[in-house]
Amino acid sequence: MGIRFILMVNKQGQTRLAQYYEWLTLEERRALEGEIVRKCLARNEQQCSFVEHRNYKIVYRRYASLFFLVGVDNDENELAILEFIHLLVEAMDRHFGNVCELDIMFHLEKAHFMLEEMVMNGCIVETSKANILTPVQLLEKTS
Amino acid sequence: MAMHGMRGLSVFISDIRNCQNKEQERQRIDKELGNVRNRFKNEKGLSPYEKKKYVWKMLYIYMLGYDVDFGHMEAVSLISAPKYPEKQVGYIVTSCLLNENHDFLRLAINTVRNDIIGRNETFQCLALTMVGNIGGREFAESLAPDVQKLLLSSSCRPLVRKKAALCLLRLYRKNPDVVNVDGWADRMAQLLDERDLGVLTSSMSLLVALVSNNHEAYWSCLPKCVKTLERLARNQDIPQEYTYYGIPSPWLQVKTMRALQYFPTIEDPYTRRTLFEVLQRILMGTDVVKNVNKNNASHAVLFEALALVMHLDAEKEMMSQCVALLGKFIAVREPNIRYLGLENMTRMLMVTDAQEIIKRHQAQIITSLKDPDISIRRRALDLLYGMCDVTNAKDIVEELLQYLSSADFTMREELSLKAAILAEKFAPDLSWYVDVILQLIDKAGDFISDDIWFRVVQFVTNNDDLQPYAAAKVKEYLEKPAVHETMVKVSAYILGEYSHLLARRPGCSPKEIFGILHEKLPTVSTTTIPILLSAYAKILMHTQPPDQELQSQIWAIFNKYESCIDAEIQQRAVEYFALCQKGAALMDILAEMPKFPERKSSLIKRAEYSEADTAEQSAIKLRAQQQPSNALVVTDQPPANGATSPVPVGQLSLAMVPSMITTEDHTSTDPASSQQNGSLTKVDPQHPSADLLGDLLGPLAIEGPPGATVQSEHNAVSRLEGGPDAVDGSAIVPVEEQRNTVQPIGNIAERFHALCLKDSGVLYEDPYIQIGIKAEWRAHHGRLVLFLGNKNTAPLVSVQALMLPPAHLKMELSLVPDTIPPRAQVQCPLEVVNLRPSRDVAVLDFSYKFGTNMVNVKLRLPAVLNKFLQPIPVPAEEFFPQWRSLSGPPLKLQEVVRGVRPMPLPEMANLLNSFRLMICPGLDPNPNNLVASTTFYSESTHAMLCLIRIETDPADRTQLRMTLASGDPTLTFELKEFIKEQLISIPTAPPQSPAPAPAPAPPPAAQATPQIPPNDPAALLAGLLS
Repeated sequence: MGIRFILMVNKQGQTRLAQYYEWLTLEERRALEGEIVRKCLARNEQQCSFVEHRNYKIVYRRYASLFFLVGVDNDENELAILEFIHLLVEAMDRHFGNVCELDIMFHLEKAHFMLEEMVMNGCIVETSKANILTPVQLLEKTS
Repeated sequence: MAMHGMRGLSVFISDIRNCQNKEQERQRIDKELGNVRNRFKNEKGLSPYEKKKYVWKMLYIYMLGYDVDFGHMEAVSLISAPKYPEKQVGYIVTSCLLNENHDFLRLAINTVRNDIIGRNETFQCLALTMVGNIGGREFAESLAPDVQKLLLSSSCRPLVRKKAALCLLRLYRKNPDVVNVDGWADRMAQLLDERDLGVLTSSMSLLVALVSNNHEAYWSCLPKCVKTLERLARNQDIPQEYTYYGIPSPWLQVKTMRALQYFPTIEDPYTRRTLFEVLQRILMGTDVVKNVNKNNASHAVLFEALALVMHLDAEKEMMSQCVALLGKFIAVREPNIRYLGLENMTRMLMVTDAQEIIKRHQAQIITSLKDPDISIRRRALDLLYGMCDVTNAKDIVEELLQYLSSADFTMREELSLKAAILAEKFAPDLSWYVDVILQLIDKAGDFISDDIWFRVVQFVTNNDDLQPYAAAKVKEYLEKPAVHETMVKVSAYILGEYSHLLARRPGCSPKEIFGILHEKLPTVSTTTIPILLSAYAKILMHTQPPDQELQSQIWAIFNKYESCIDAEIQQRAVEYFALCQKGAALMDILAEMPKFPERKSSLIKRAEYSEADTAEQSAIKLRAQQQPSNALVVTDQPPANGATSPVPVGQLSLAMVPSMITTEDHTSTDPASSQQNGSLTKVDPQHPSADLLGDLLGPLAIEGPPGATVQSEHNAVSRLEGGPDAVDGSAIVPVEEQRNTVQPIGNIAERFHALCLKDSGVLYEDPYIQIGIKAEWRAHHGRLVLFLGNKNTAPLVSVQALMLPPAHLKMELSLVPDTIPPRAQVQCPLEVVNLRPSRDVAVLDFSYKFGTNMVNVKLRLPAVLNKFLQPIPVPAEEFFPQWRSLSGPPLKLQEVVRGVRPMPLPEMANLLNSFRLMICPGLDPNPNNLVASTTFYSESTHAMLCLIRIETDPADRTQLRMTLASGDPTLTFELKEFIKEQLISIPTAPPQSPAPAPAPAPPPAAQATPQIPPNDPAALLAGLLS
């Protein structure tokens, strides 16, 4: 399975993007987001990027006001996920140019398109930024 | 224009953003939902653009945590839109909002298939992605061949094939048969020759899933993986787009090495050599660089290489390189690397011979136990726990104890449990073990589970040499100013049993010991008082020569608690008081507890289970379990049977093997032997257990797999009942079904009947789950709590609990979670309101899934008629007017009952009492008759008095006459039938061994009883009493 979910949450704890790769009910999502956001946001820069939660791990990274939280299985390679977050940010950066929270908020659909090119069913599907961005660009051309 | 111009969406999002508080947000969202709902209702007027906009709004609202229970159809319908922008939205939103079991999804199968086999590759990608994310079994059955074709097609472009690979992975998980085609393994191997790294990345994930289930079929892929890894590590033919900070796709490298870890060994010498060269390069060639991203990426590869080296159990030299690297990592400043260093070192413990090298880093690891980051502290704790053995146990346990006082609350329980286990497993001597446990209780009493102190009691009981030491130690702790209640419990137990061994020491006379203990009594809760009372009884017994003053002091205490509201305390007080009068006989009954049967520590069992929950379940360990042929040695294989195996490591082997008192002794009719265990209360045949601790563990404690105790319980039951399947003869058809393959532990009917008489206990148990129940009843209301305890290391899924209440009960069961996590207990409150009198029984339809077992049981719930009774004493001057005023049917009913299970009158009185029918002695002068009264509560009747009279015939105990009266005809009838059911069949009555001495010659009146004309009982009773 690998990746269970990807969340983007701002420092007030508001969800800006949520993509789950296993089915959770709305209540379960709410509870989960509440718990892990509380746990991760309370941590400081000197602490490591991994938080153990229930029977999985959160690998997280902070960019300005936005936290990227990725839930993974316990045996997942943590650093690979940590850099995968960065790859996602770089891809969004290339598209939006200096991406910020508002870009993701107001262009939720594009953020979803990019994510969809990168992760499928919890597995990494593409790591080339050019390939990741092709469909988004295609969409802008056609519309 | 359309994409940029979804103005309505932007406006909505900024509105939400501008909301000052949650309430405003909710209002704005409700308004929007209303708007969207309206628009969808008049769907004909919607343009594709508008539809798209509204569907995005729905997704946005859903993401914010609001339920969106409509519009799913609209999202799905967009899938069949002809244009890309709409179709794309349809696919993406559908895969976010729906799950694989959603009906609408099935409707879309055809459209999806058309997109997959069509010519438009962007459509193919969209469809493959959605199926890859949420496709279910039906998709697997209808789409797998098409998806395979795409993956293997040479004319298909990589952008489609990479998605086809992961789509196939999903379909394979839904139905493993999809790759069960001849030659699939060869095609998989060919796929790994792929040059395109996108396709290769996806294919590698597919391979990992396949080999993790069946590595043997995919041997031919092994050299290909090594080749791929070599290509990446040497940066041969890697496009710039796939290098990340100069490192050729770190993700593909990691994935490839992961796939290699699923093959047990590498036999081909050439492949093996190539792989080791590559790994050596990675181990030696990874330097720390300034750029964070590059550093992380290269270390991601390095850590995976370490895992692979450990898996391959490489040459010693390479292993020591690995340990050296890890030793370096755990000392660096960078917290991520420190964390991973500790985590991987814990994995390394499973490698042969690594332990000795790891021990050199003990000091550094102990430092990490004080790290400011809890993630790191947890890793350090796990590692210390794993590396502990006889040589370093003292140091490590003392570090843990020291750390305990400053540790975070969230860690204390785990910490103290681990310290207790290590102390037990590796104690160099037993007195040290006792010291550690007492320190634990002293420092972290709140976090010490009962198991821990039970265990120390077991050791002390079983080791004669330890007893005076332990007694002296606990006395010291008790003299401290503030003592934790758990300390009082363990001290009371040990001092009760063994303080007489100290009698000659100063300050240890029975009187002084009693004084120290008794000082604590006002501070403890009702669960501790019984232990104190037992200790007093034992101290008193050991006082030789008898001390009159002490005796009267203790007797006064027993006296005082004889009327205690807590049944356990009351019973002990009454019984001890009675026993104390018996003089010499006391010695036999209160004799020292016998040795406990040697058994595996429940603590260690617990730890083995909880290990699976924690993060340390490494890939290595998992794999080692999956592949028995693996060269790795798993060090902590649990013994086959926890109940009879010796303590695993053996350092604490018990001094003597005790003579186990079997349950058969308990139930035998000889009172002396049934009391041999120093049993404190009378033996309850429903709960025979091998020893006292079994009892203390309580019915709700989740125990490990059933051991000897459960077995003997079963025996006892069958012995008593003449067969485990015997069912009661009541009118209710037993609803338990036996079609499940999972067998319940214990007799379900037994458990139900026991719970009809008490308010807490186990309702159902099987190897996977234990359902406990706890109830409180007040008038016509009941509050039950169901305790669903998962006994396993894997979650129980698809948990469903459906209430099937009879018409007279209103029941409300709170939400039962779908999944019960490993070793967890879930509490589900259940509210009950009794509307009117009825004997019907509520049924709980309970099901869950464990592995492939679907278990479904229908359990009767003990929300039975007697629970709504409140015993009430009625004095004669009220009883008779009432009795007379309720004259004849339907308010007063009488019946001659035959086929009654014969029992002496006091036993019948007890039975009625246990059903909350209060016996009113003295109202009926005939000693063969019983008169009882109670109040029944329901919504329709309110509180209603019920009067009962039972006339028995001492010459024929199989028949009696029963008269019931109340102000409600249904109540009278139902209660009469209820009592009848109880008298005819009592499931757990002990066998009536030699017939009880017959009552003295019955007076003439009694003889006449059965012949009393049934038409005028009131007059008769009045006559008898006059």
